[in-house]
Amino acid sequence: MLARKVAEVFNEPGCEHNKQKSEKDRKKGCTRSARPGAAGGGCAFDGAKIALQPITDAAHLVHGPIACEGNSWDNRSAKSSGPLLYRTGFTTDINENDVIMGGEKRLFRSIREVIRKYHPPAIFVYQTCVTALIGDDIEAVCKAAAREFNRPIIPVNVPGFVGGKNLGNKLAGEALFDYVIGTMEPEYTTPYDISIIGEYNLSGELWQVKPLFDRLEIRILSCITGDARYREVAWSHRAKAAIMVCSKSMINIARKMEERYGIPFFEGSFYGISDMSDSLRNIARLLVRQGAPEGLIEKTEGLIAEEEARAWTRLGEYRERLQGKRVLLITGGVKSWSVVSALQESGMVVVGTSVKKSTKEDRERITELMGEDAHMIESITPKEMYSMLKDAQADILMAGGRSQFVALKARMPFLDINQERHQAYAGYEGMVTLVEEIDKAIHSPIWEQVRKKAPWE
Amino acid sequence: MAIVNTSNKACTVNPLKLSQPIGAALTFLGINRSIPVLHGSQGCTSFGLVLFVRHFREMIPMQTTAMNEATTILGGTENIEEALLTLYKKASPEIISLCTTGLTETKGEDIAGAVKEIRGRHPELNQVAIVPVSTPDFVGAFQDGWSKAVARIVEDLAEGEPEVFSGRVNVLAGPSLTPADVEEIGRIVSSFNLHPVILPDLSGSLDGHVPEDFTPTSLGGTKLSEIRSMGMSEITLAIGESMRPAAETLEKKCGVPFVVFDRLTGLEASDRFLDLLQHLSGEDVPQKYRGQRSRLMDAMLDGHFFFGKKKVAIGAEPDLLFALASFLSEMGSDIEAAVTTTGSTILKKIPAEEVLIGDLEDLEERAVGCDLMITHSHGRQASERLEVPLFRAGIPTFDRLGTAHQLNVGYQGTMRLIFEVGNIFLGSKKENHPDTWSLSNAGRL
Ligand code: SF4
Repeated sequence: MLARKVAEVFNEPGCEHNKQKSEKDRKKGCTRSARPGAAGGGCAFDGAKIALQPITDAAHLVHGPIACEGNSWDNRSAKSSGPLLYRTGFTTDINENDVIMGGEKRLFRSIREVIRKYHPPAIFVYQTCVTALIGDDIEAVCKAAAREFNRPIIPVNVPGFVGGKNLGNKLAGEALFDYVIGTMEPEYTTPYDISIIGEYNLSGELWQVKPLFDRLEIRILSCITGDARYREVAWSHRAKAAIMVCSKSMINIARKMEERYGIPFFEGSFYGISDMSDSLRNIARLLVRQGAPEGLIEKTEGLIAEEEARAWTRLGEYRERLQGKRVLLITGGVKSWSVVSALQESGMVVVGTSVKKSTKEDRERITELMGEDAHMIESITPKEMYSMLKDAQADILMAGGRSQFVALKARMPFLDINQERHQAYAGYEGMVTLVEEIDKAIHSPIWEQVRKKAPWE
Repeated sequence: MAIVNTSNKACTVNPLKLSQPIGAALTFLGINRSIPVLHGSQGCTSFGLVLFVRHFREMIPMQTTAMNEATTILGGTENIEEALLTLYKKASPEIISLCTTGLTETKGEDIAGAVKEIRGRHPELNQVAIVPVSTPDFVGAFQDGWSKAVARIVEDLAEGEPEVFSGRVNVLAGPSLTPADVEEIGRIVSSFNLHPVILPDLSGSLDGHVPEDFTPTSLGGTKLSEIRSMGMSEITLAIGESMRPAAETLEKKCGVPFVVFDRLTGLEASDRFLDLLQHLSGEDVPQKYRGQRSRLMDAMLDGHFFFGKKKVAIGAEPDLLFALASFLSEMGSDIEAAVTTTGSTILKKIPAEEVLIGDLEDLEERAVGCDLMITHSHGRQASERLEVPLFRAGIPTFDRLGTAHQLNVGYQGTMRLIFEVGNIFLGSKKENHPDTWSLSNAGRL
């Protein structure tokens, strides 16, 4: 069952990456398998949790030993405007006896305890390595529990050993599609209903773009899954159009929604001024195509003009201070070109950008933006990053939190732009914040002090 | 004194516990030029790494054998081999740990055998110490992993006969100690003209120094050569009950006698430590510590007003729980709730009615109405809900700066604790108002 799902996800026809692969490569899958002694990323379970945990009123129950949940819970910055149950860490924390006898009974009892004590509208149950290896059938347990307790208990079959975070994102998407989406109906619908797919409201980023949609009277019927309530995901099939952000993470949902429910989607981004504008434009166009009044397009252009002008004025102040500053950009999930264009918009030069997870199309866009001699980095070791910074080949490193100390120990500025960051960088507001943060980092008075030798040295 | 109970819930809610393998891995980060490797799937290492990065705010070298389902079922020797060779080539560490995980333990593998086989094929690896530690995720907790790793390190690496080096003292540093604690212990021992070898020594590696170059291994910490010669010391001082097995192992193997200090927090606990050092060295207690002792007494005198009968709920690993609970009770506070992660002989000595092996949900239930909660950063949600102030102690502490520099041992550390905790009590003191003593106030009954 899981093997079939994994193969299916690997074959995702909507994935740009896949279209360019040979039949054989495609079968091998979309995540290069991790190399012993040289692996860096999280597991499929990690990826699934990132994708589903933002459903704020649900309980997220991890079936496995303490490692999976105990070492990682409450460490992500997805924000909620209401319920907080998603931040409670639930795990079966199986012991030796469970490994020998099987953990299904404990899982069932755990589900009962969670329901009795916390009354969630639904429970997501995550499968992990050990419990998968001993053959615990979480699908069967969830089915029995759903019947017994009369509410959705959703198995998310993502033992870490099947692959990396990206695969986990997609398997989470499959679980939503198989068990959640289409199971409830909204009270009413409007011609302006959209769904946003792959936006997790990290640090509240959804709230940087929601006011824009509000102004256009476009209703976010569902966000999958940022600041979501369970029911909103369950009725997301009634959206008129969808925007898919964070490109590769949930393309399977977007495509299947189009196939089964006829919801057209496009791939957009909320990062960068022009990307934000394009996203607004595209969603307006799709809605009109789906029957919304023509006037929406004009209204959207009006808002874009207004907001862009406002953002530019605010960025103007920084342009002068940041003109020519060199950025080394090593991103994981975020599409690097969208950040590249944003940085260029504020006068900075990108001296190198990682393209490890980028598609051919992404690369073309980077060349387009950065010119022929764009320095695209396939992979870079921390040591190489350190040397680049130590030799002052860049003025700031923008990367995921893991690389923070590579920059800091080289006594160079750093800005966290991945999952676990604590700043919100989406929409027009986010761009201003990003540039503000870069400015603060680069111009901090500490650099001069810490780079100087002690008087006696 | 305390009755030890285990929570009988099926579902753990808001875990207090961390897993064994990362506890074992952290000990290796206190050894110079080492790389801890978790033998399991990549996600386990990733979570551990992120956790340590957020706690120490440092670079953390940590790797994985990147097992998948097929390699697990077929056996992981090939993956171990590839990981060892890759790390040897790329990072040239002096020591590599192989800590097993739930996944590889479920299958059951002879990793010591595998290492032997791999060494046979690759003599170049002879330059590297490779230490396998059995740490299934589904047994025990972080502290157990640490305890097992230290025991395994001395078992595999320590050599020689005792008393070859006079004045040489082994210090086995338990998991409850911060890098600042370890540094302080080293300083105290040295001040008696004794020569400490501290294992593991996080104060050398995770103390936040800014090195001049980049290394892909740990930098600073116990040297491999020092570990090898631990058998030649005069005595072993084990700090924390969890270090007893390692001390026993070393005694059995090399004959070095040992003394266990179950804690070094508190006036009397510190006295006992300095007293022993004085006997060992034949030197007087240095003036510096006499001064510190006097200042600590003064802090106790000034502080006891605010500690008396305060109700405190603590969630921590056994060694740390014992140290903190004993300290607070010696200051006059009551330990209303004590929750821990795993079994230990120290638990029954904790000055509380009950010690529960449980989770933060259990702690939250028991902390209602308390004056203070002490646990790691994951206690923040409960602290907000209950409106009980939180004093952060233990790993992970990710929402405060300087966790590595928190000193909790010796006269100096005890004094710091009195100030930090006392200030919380002071800050949350309830003011009296006209209705405080109202006759109809239900509180009177
Ligand atoms: S790799 Fe497996 S055991 Fe490790 S954290 Fe991920 S799911 Fe859990």
